[in-house]
Amino acid sequence: MYSGASNLVTTTDNAFFLIIGISVIFLVGISATIIWFLIRYNKKKHPVAEQIHGSNTLEVVWTVIPLILVMIMFFYGWAGYAPARKAPKDAMRIIASARMWSWSFEYENGVKTDTLYVPMNQPVLLDLLSVDVVHSLYIPAFRVKEDMVPGRTNRMWFIPQKVGNYELFCAEYCGLSHSYMFTEVKVLEPGEFDKWLTSQADTTRIIAAESNPGAAGRRLIEVNGCFACHSSDGSKLVGPSFKGLYEHEQKVMTNGELRSVIANDDYITKSIYEPDAEIVEGYRKGQMISYKNQLTDQDVQQIIEYLKTIK
Amino acid sequence: MENKHLPNYLEYQGKYKGLMGWLTTTDHKRIGLLYFYSMFSFFLVGATLGILMRLELIAPGKQLMEAQTYNALFTLHGLTMIFLFVIPGVAAVFGNFFLPIMLGAKDVAFPKLNLLSWYLYILGALIVLSSQFMGDGPPDTGWTFYAPYSLKTQTNVVAAVFGAFVLGFSSILTGLNFITTMHRLRAPGMGWKRMPIFAWTLYATGWIQILATPIVGITLLMIAAERLLGIGFFDPAIGGDPILYQHLFWTYSHPAVYIMILPAMGVISEIIPTFSRKPIFGYTALIISSMAIAFVGYFVWGHHMFTSGMSDSSRWIFSFLSFIVAIPSAVKVFNWTATLYKGSIRLQTPFWWAMGFIFVFMIGGFSGLVIGSLATDIHVHDTYFVVAHFHYIVFGGTGFAFFAAMHYWWPKIYGRMYNTKIANVGLAIFFSGFNILYFPMFILGLRGMPRRYYDYLPQFTDGNVISTIGSWIMITGLLILIVNLAKAKKMTGKAVDDPWDGSTLEWKIQSPPTLENFEEIPVITGGPYEYKDR
Repeated sequence: MYSGASNLVTTTDNAFFLIIGISVIFLVGISATIIWFLIRYNKKKHPVAEQIHGSNTLEVVWTVIPLILVMIMFFYGWAGYAPARKAPKDAMRIIASARMWSWSFEYENGVKTDTLYVPMNQPVLLDLLSVDVVHSLYIPAFRVKEDMVPGRTNRMWFIPQKVGNYELFCAEYCGLSHSYMFTEVKVLEPGEFDKWLTSQADTTRIIAAESNPGAAGRRLIEVNGCFACHSSDGSKLVGPSFKGLYEHEQKVMTNGELRSVIANDDYITKSIYEPDAEIVEGYRKGQMISYKNQLTDQDVQQIIEYLKTIK
Repeated sequence: MENKHLPNYLEYQGKYKGLMGWLTTTDHKRIGLLYFYSMFSFFLVGATLGILMRLELIAPGKQLMEAQTYNALFTLHGLTMIFLFVIPGVAAVFGNFFLPIMLGAKDVAFPKLNLLSWYLYILGALIVLSSQFMGDGPPDTGWTFYAPYSLKTQTNVVAAVFGAFVLGFSSILTGLNFITTMHRLRAPGMGWKRMPIFAWTLYATGWIQILATPIVGITLLMIAAERLLGIGFFDPAIGGDPILYQHLFWTYSHPAVYIMILPAMGVISEIIPTFSRKPIFGYTALIISSMAIAFVGYFVWGHHMFTSGMSDSSRWIFSFLSFIVAIPSAVKVFNWTATLYKGSIRLQTPFWWAMGFIFVFMIGGFSGLVIGSLATDIHVHDTYFVVAHFHYIVFGGTGFAFFAAMHYWWPKIYGRMYNTKIANVGLAIFFSGFNILYFPMFILGLRGMPRRYYDYLPQFTDGNVISTIGSWIMITGLLILIVNLAKAKKMTGKAVDDPWDGSTLEWKIQSPPTLENFEEIPVITGGPYEYKDR
């Protein structure tokens, strides 16, 4: 511990050391006392027990002293946490969205990524959203965690203090691929970060304008986390692979009936907007949410353009 | 005591013989054993599931099963252990068997209701287990059924929540029965302040069962209603609130922890005086602390939700109250320790179990301080630290007390004594395995490994390997002690009725007891732990 990766590490770890320190003293003290009593007052050494019923003084002592100690622990815990709830006004805002089972991060200039990039020594405020079930954004090195609850916006903030890559986990159980809902936080030097952010914005613009078919679609798939469940190389994940999908025959279950369809534009649009309407044979219902409110018709068209490139 | 030829409750024959005699019995002792046999079977099922989970986690990546199977497995492990073993646990088995005897009564206040409670327990258990075989596959929500995942998953959630709902009734009725028994059926002369501590802990537990269980009942029904009828209680997509579910769920499920642990503390408070030859230290303090745990325990549920997004003020208020509830538990540990002072201690098997209990319960309790404190909880919340903490409390606490009670009362229940040497060896192996299994999880959690993970990053491998090895050691100890108890030999001679030289009423009647426990209702003239005349 004490890696100092964020502004919250020291206060949190101090509370840890205080609580664990007091606990170890008591654990060792009580255990030693018990062992001493077992030896000293063993039947062989002490054949007749003294009939003691209790002591009010002792009861008061061992109620009041632990009470004081836990109040100190409470105070350290609260004092270490209180700053985590008061984000500075100039904090950089990033919208963090979770879905089963991927992340996306949207920056103030509209750039979207699946990895969290943050500048060093600048307060960062995350608006935490979820589109389906409860997730929890957890960066162990920063000592931060807050649930992402559908229907509301939770917040967390921190100041990254060391350049590097850190793990970011989902900490609230969210179904099948919960343990694979994992990404990274990349802390960059402020200058590097600005460069990165502008270049990303440019890339987005260039890709959108570019004639290279499918590049914009691929990017949409990346930032929306589709690859978490659909591979591009034919391997079977939670959902069917994108490879070789377009205009090929698919066996799907529609209202409990197995039938064959051709994966044309209509089929793909429907699969994105109403994923549970037709389930490909061998896959489970209820794994994917509707992207009706997240992808426009134009976005879907871009995605189809991409799918055409990996027929 | 001289009438050795009186038929005991195992030999006694009522209207029906054999199995029917057991299934129609209203004898609290036989009902206690019905609970014991069914509950212990479920415990073994749960333990097997736990072993399989540990095997899967021995290395990153897939070992034995797919993610979906693993998710269903930890859900069933939690459901079985929590709802079928530790919540009813000590109270339903040993409370049923010994509460009336310790009070000097012939049975509980409502014997037929008592049998009905067992049938509800079995019915609820069967419904929970049926969820594994019917519908669209075993539930994969975790035992907590968090919304909206529990509303969205295609698995058979409704059967599982309905089963848990039925189990709740069994719990409520048992609590009601015990409380009434204590109010109405204490033997002449047994004032409230002459009741054994075990009875007092059942009294505190009874009130939690009656007052808290209906809340989880209605919550689980709301889940079923939302799934079946689309009523928007918890799913924000149709106007509900996921946080509401968490509040309702933990309003019961935190007090439920005290339903599990209070009777366990009661067992320990019986064993320590018996083997120290002394009255329990601070009898009144122990009673007040039990009632305080039962009362304050209602107001701390929010500490399960520090990261949920509830208001900042509720976060610190719940943290504050959670630290307050630590005090009565600490008071108990101090009083148990003080009971040993100037005693004449006999280091026998039940006593070793009680000492094991105190040690693991302290680790569980101290780790509870880490997750009661805001700053530290945020880091370890929903990580393996929490898994370690609640296994130390629930298995280390309630589980150890359950085995302590088995070794303490086995001679009374069956009139048979086990091999104490093998029992001690079994305990030593079990105790080591337990700590090797669960302690590394504290470290894994501090290093940031989230819980309910089917797969993990390579840096968490070492802790997981140690933990899995611990599970093999623990299960070895468990098998040794089970076989040893099963092979217990019929006792002969003077020690049959009172092998430990105990002072509470159950040691003053024959082993195994007669149908009505007492040929004559005893008149109580002193406190429960008096060793003066020995």
